[in-house]
Amino acid sequence: MLDLYILLIFIIVAAAIAVETKDLLSSVIALGATGLGLSLTFLVLKAPDVAITQLIVEILSLIILIRATMKEDLPFSTSGRWLVNTVITVCFIFVFIFTAVKCFKELPQFGYPTIKTSSAYLKEGLKDTGATNLVSAVILDFRAYDTLGEAAVLFTAVIGVLTILRRKGRKNEETGLDNE
Amino acid sequence: MIYLLCLILFCLGIYCIVRKRNIIKIIIGTIIAQYAVNLFFIILGYRREGRSAILSPNARIENMVDMLPQALALTSIIIGLAFTSILIALALRIYEKYKTFDVTKIKELQG
Repeated sequence: MLDLYILLIFIIVAAAIAVETKDLLSSVIALGATGLGLSLTFLVLKAPDVAITQLIVEILSLIILIRATMKEDLPFSTSGRWLVNTVITVCFIFVFIFTAVKCFKELPQFGYPTIKTSSAYLKEGLKDTGATNLVSAVILDFRAYDTLGEAAVLFTAVIGVLTILRRKGRKNEETGLDNE
Repeated sequence: MIYLLCLILFCLGIYCIVRKRNIIKIIIGTIIAQYAVNLFFIILGYRREGRSAILSPNARIENMVDMLPQALALTSIIIGLAFTSILIALALRIYEKYKTFDVTKIKELQG
């Protein structure tokens, strides 16, 4: 139990550094530390499939973010209504935390989940799908349409990125997709 | 207690989105909030002294973690990557056009 708390506090500290550092590249690296700590936390929480996926996604998003911050960064600007903005933001976050802590009583206690749907999957899973790993049985068989929609979202995102980053319009003859 | 730590992580992301002015910082805030929500899913399904959801002869419901939030979190992580890449593409386009990442300076329409 103690390792979980240590990992979570490490994640929170790394996220705070990522939020507050002025240098953009250091901020992105701290975000990478957050994601890798999250992957370790998933492993401690007995979710190995999610941990592997989180690791891969974290590395990919780190590469994309470093590509984005290769440009010049700009200094931290404190002009304008700095105090008023901060006070309003902190008040909003306190109200949010207060409401959420009230709602925590309704959740199941940590470590004792209420399993309803998954018990059916657990009983019927091997007989219906033939997969011993129940997570892949759920995402590839019981909820395969969900995974199909996920693939559709992924391809739509690729098309969107290529459309946003395309330099030349349709009027030019050479339709080279210069995804700079 | 552990729900509270997860909530603090989410609030860090919200603070970063609302308060910062750099577009890259705002994107980092969205990524942190998304991490917190995925972590919350996995924490909801955790069982104390449980084992991962892989069948074996002595597997029972009483000693296994809930696998349904894990499957949903897998989908959520992949969609988060797509979301982040589209945000960064938009940020790079804004930088090309306005030569800045500061959201308060992106006011006037150009070309």
